[in-house]
Amino acid sequence: MTQRVGIEVSRAVAIAAKLANVDVVAAYPITPQTHIVEDLSEMVASGELDASYIPVESEHSAMSCCLGSASVGARTFTATASQGLELMHEVLYVASSMRFPIVMAVANRALSAPISIWGDHSDVMSVRDTGWIQIFVANGQEAFDNILCAFRIGEDRAVLLPVMIHLDGFQLTHVIEPIYLEEEDKVEKFLPPNDYPIPLDPDNPVSMGAFGPPEIYSEIKKAQDVALTSSKSVILKSWKEFGDAFGRYYSPLQCYRCDNAKVLLLAMGSFSETAMSAIDAMREDGHKVGLIKLTLWRPFPFAEIRDAVKDAEVVVVFDRALSFGGPGGPVCSEIRSALYDLEKRPKVIGFVGGLGGRVVSAAGFREIIEQGTKIAREGTEQEYEMFGVRE
Amino acid sequence: MEKFSVFAPKLVTKKENFAPGHRACVGCAEALAVRLSMKALGRNVIVVNATGCMEVVSSPLPHTSWFVPWIHTLFENAGAVSSGIESGLKATVRKGKRQPQKISVVAMGGDGATSDIGLQAISGALERGHDFLYICLDNEAYMNTGIQRSSATPYGASTTTAPAGKQSIGQITWKKDMPSIAAAHNIPYVATACPSYPFDLMDKVKKGAHMPGPAYVHILSVCPTGWRVSPDLAIKIGRLAVETGVFPLYEVENGNYRMTLDMQELRPVKDYLKLQGRFRHLSEETVNEIQQRVRHDYAKLKEKIECTQKRKS
Amino acid sequence: MTESEKKPTWRDIEIGAIIKEPGSAMQYKTGDWRTQRPTYYHERCIKCGLCSIFCPEGCIKQTEEGYFEADLDYCKGCGICARECWTKAINMVEED
Repeated sequence: MTQRVGIEVSRAVAIAAKLANVDVVAAYPITPQTHIVEDLSEMVASGELDASYIPVESEHSAMSCCLGSASVGARTFTATASQGLELMHEVLYVASSMRFPIVMAVANRALSAPISIWGDHSDVMSVRDTGWIQIFVANGQEAFDNILCAFRIGEDRAVLLPVMIHLDGFQLTHVIEPIYLEEEDKVEKFLPPNDYPIPLDPDNPVSMGAFGPPEIYSEIKKAQDVALTSSKSVILKSWKEFGDAFGRYYSPLQCYRCDNAKVLLLAMGSFSETAMSAIDAMREDGHKVGLIKLTLWRPFPFAEIRDAVKDAEVVVVFDRALSFGGPGGPVCSEIRSALYDLEKRPKVIGFVGGLGGRVVSAAGFREIIEQGTKIAREGTEQEYEMFGVRE
Repeated sequence: MEKFSVFAPKLVTKKENFAPGHRACVGCAEALAVRLSMKALGRNVIVVNATGCMEVVSSPLPHTSWFVPWIHTLFENAGAVSSGIESGLKATVRKGKRQPQKISVVAMGGDGATSDIGLQAISGALERGHDFLYICLDNEAYMNTGIQRSSATPYGASTTTAPAGKQSIGQITWKKDMPSIAAAHNIPYVATACPSYPFDLMDKVKKGAHMPGPAYVHILSVCPTGWRVSPDLAIKIGRLAVETGVFPLYEVENGNYRMTLDMQELRPVKDYLKLQGRFRHLSEETVNEIQQRVRHDYAKLKEKIECTQKRKS
Repeated sequence: MTESEKKPTWRDIEIGAIIKEPGSAMQYKTGDWRTQRPTYYHERCIKCGLCSIFCPEGCIKQTEEGYFEADLDYCKGCGICARECWTKAINMVEED
């Protein structure tokens, strides 16, 4: 009987990895991911999970251990945040270009300096181009579910790519939420064992990681991009299978009260749920507003975005990361770029807020939507707006 | 089982596990070291290569010199990737996802990958006690990128980032003692080797691979290009390195030191230095300084060996 | 590239750009790098095989008569074999 329990989201993530029967966990502790890795090592110590837990000496080595483990066909999991994600940066590119299906939970946290242990999306945005499949989750259930889906997606022979599941540091990792923890045999049915096509094996010796001269490098990169882009069909298929098995369906984005909405707010992660309250309040006052909650970040869901905004006049994008000296919000700049070539397109207004753990309330989101609407009408000198900064 | 210490070349397997056609320089003793190591290891291995000379010359797409499963990822993570492979193999065998099979995990890295950029990852792997062999192919500089200095470059050698000039003798620091660093992790087996003593090298590599737990073998690889010597001299110079005491051959098994080749009398260091262009600029004074230091270090090593002998008696 | 004249397209690349054929480097004959070549005095050769141990290319093979000779497809002409041969049975000569 599937249990619905009040449980810290980090712990639910660890349980999901356990249910997936991972073979190797190689991780380095960093706030706010620590509970995930602590729980996994406890499960290994108690025998609840049969896996090799490698207590590595840095995140660069954590991801490198994952490369090794995946190369011999072991189901591999890790987790990190912020500075740890940065430290393993070069290894991330290798994981995707060498096509290793590693699953990583990222507890999104602000980047130094100054050092901040609190949540925002700056770590995520710095790894946009690393070639990983990337999914944002907005609550504990989504976190649990998508860890399971991540293995299903990444290990699929038509994909063979690593997957990041992004969950807000502290605002998700350390909150207790009611979560359905699925049963092992149901998960086993949904998730076939890892069947990596050509693992390192003396019986079939291959060379992985040869060097690529200019005559071949471009072709290799094109093949990689095609793999990531076309993984979308497997992502959709896996989400459908998950829904059929467990009753919860996921999609690249969800539209909340977007029917006849003139102004749309777009957000990712746990703050999108707070924004829903703002939408409700504004709707009650008669404003035609709606929310787009973005789940699939890479491969970017161009078609779904264009379709979701087609009847809106204004799209206000809320970013929790700042691209210095540039377009402000990275997500906003990608949305703008996705819509640029359309005949009819809404005005896109960018807000950056919620940095370093700064909370944005429902009232705050209301203010953002109102301000964004005003800017759409009157214009602005600035490339983007920063919300909640004391002037 | 082949016993390499018997000086009989014809008893060594004729099978090449490292194919010719690789792009190593003419007379490269590092390529020879890899070739000999692969003879000792056989084909039930997984080789993890760090970025460096051997990785580049052996794997230009679409060619590979490797007859065994081989992986290269980055410069500084051979220790970590090996750890992941070793753990992945252990876990999948334990969980019945893979047939049990004797597979040696062997990491190979140059002196740059080992004692500089990759030191942390190796230290971690040795500390965690993974069952693997780490082979350091030491040509005493970052040769692949153009002969830049590393912490393994010997005192007085001229490299492109520590060149000899009016204000400098070249390398102003002494060679980092990487085998001692490995031994300080209290691992079961540490050894030094040189392709000029091929049977000893093969013995040590094989021993390291079969030793349960981490093993570290440090191989001096003469580089004619970087050391500025004639391509036919690599074996002779490696031999001189050992005979002058610059690179003593020894083993450390569970903390017990054993000299492989005890030189009753060390040849003068200048016999070794004078053949190499990278030392050509050295004054007599510096050569004497080097001679003192070599004698001193050799004596220190002999002390450790005597300690072991005393402890055992 | 490989024996085929056509260069591979992005569709031809193996997943992760792995090389499936072990030892495929043997298709590349490094013999044309040489500026000198080993020649043999068989009467001095004691068939010890040491030259084949010391060859960095691993291209010295034993002939039917038991002598050890370099495969000139791969021999880069380093001269290590000539220098290390105990009986001076190998002599390096300039390539024409």
